[in-house]
Amino acid sequence: MASKPAVGVLALQGDVAEHLRALRAAGAEPAGVRRPAELDAVDGLVIPGGESTTIWKLIEAFGLAEPLRKRLADGMPTFGSCAGMILLAARLPDAASGQQTLGAIDMTVRRNAFGRQVDSFEEDLDLAGIGGPPFRAVFIRAPWVEQAGDGVQVLATEPVAGRIVAVRQGPALATAFHPELTADDRIHQLFVGMVKESA
Amino acid sequence: MTNETGTQRVKRGMADMLKGGVIMDVVTPEQAKIAEDAGAVAVMALERVPADIRVQGGVARMSDPDMIDGIIAAVSVPVMAKCRIGHFAEAQVLQAIGVDYIDESEVLTPADETNHVDKWQFTVPFVCGATNLGEALRRITEGAAMIRSKGEAGTGNVVEATRHMRAIRSQIRKLSTMSPDELFTAAKELQAPYELVAEVAQAGKLPVVLFTAGGIATPADAAMMMQLGADGVFVGSGIFKSGDPATRAAAIVKATTFHDDPDVIAKVSRGLGEPMVGINIDTLPADQRYAGRGW
Repeated sequence: MASKPAVGVLALQGDVAEHLRALRAAGAEPAGVRRPAELDAVDGLVIPGGESTTIWKLIEAFGLAEPLRKRLADGMPTFGSCAGMILLAARLPDAASGQQTLGAIDMTVRRNAFGRQVDSFEEDLDLAGIGGPPFRAVFIRAPWVEQAGDGVQVLATEPVAGRIVAVRQGPALATAFHPELTADDRIHQLFVGMVKESA
Repeated sequence: MTNETGTQRVKRGMADMLKGGVIMDVVTPEQAKIAEDAGAVAVMALERVPADIRVQGGVARMSDPDMIDGIIAAVSVPVMAKCRIGHFAEAQVLQAIGVDYIDESEVLTPADETNHVDKWQFTVPFVCGATNLGEALRRITEGAAMIRSKGEAGTGNVVEATRHMRAIRSQIRKLSTMSPDELFTAAKELQAPYELVAEVAQAGKLPVVLFTAGGIATPADAAMMMQLGADGVFVGSGIFKSGDPATRAAAIVKATTFHDDPDVIAKVSRGLGEPMVGINIDTLPADQRYAGRGW
């Protein structure tokens, strides 16, 4: 494959531009994905931060649910931050009416688990799988992983709440926080590396 | 302890998560639910939509905390609420209730004709309206973490939203072409700090998310504003003053995402029922124009 993998960002709603920037900095050739044909053209996919209920409704309305599930079942590398983590979960105990998920990671995720916007925070986080100093993690109305299956690798636990906030299961990576909002691109580098390996 | 709340990154980042989305005015928990089911990224809880404030007149204030609580309980999406311009005590109450964003809004009757709220004092982020770049930069200097073009709320007429969005975007483009010495004069004319003016000139955009508001009533209105450079859309009276709010709300959500695809806009524009009636701005007396409130 080309030295720069084609990595899509699901561009229905949310902080798409921030992920495009981080992916470009991490050595990928990024592109927005809103249609099934655009999904076919990428080697990996980021599901951005945003409002998970809105993104799910648009996935269904524009015929992306089955194409996404198929690509994920075929092992396409994927990375979800915040709303993206929610969409990758297998189980949502407090889903909004009609809200479903893609089930790429064997985990139960609780939406808005860290509270409302006044509780949103940033802090230094020790993260397995990337080298160097702690990662400055930005949590915005963030979810957490309530329970992770045996096959799920826990990459980070938020120290105050003692909850899982970063996981990987095979080709799927998810964080409850927003690495795309910082200039630290190590998580995007990890993901672009996963995309390169899978090709 | 390294755990920090209310940082600039957390406040501005919250607005980043709303991009490409539609924020809808709601006055009851039932309307909030309809908005959430239609795909709203957030709801604005208020007692009267702007169209009714126009008709009923009187002083328009912050909503009843019980009413806001009812809406917070009804939905999982973020809930915003409005305080009067300069009314920092209303803002303190809204923060205490736990709203996710405060709109210091010209739609309510201003409480201070000189000063806006010092928004740096709050953990909760603020969105403020602007009719031009200078106004936007002054609000950001006061701590606003998100800007919306004002438009003319409660009219169902997009002309003022167009005027304000074009003004902000064209003034940014003009800054980008200026030499450093010209930027000092530009800062003076914009009545905004030089550092912020230079940052905008360099980046070619505001350092915060820019939504549009005030008069959006149809999917094509939303698509037009997105093509003019808005990051997302506030819809006030346009949804719940129309014939079929749920269908129209879902259509505006889809049109915002696919704003550059006329086939999608055409498809979602069918079968929406009656739009809100709307008001011609020319017939509005000057004292009933909200966009002039704030400075």
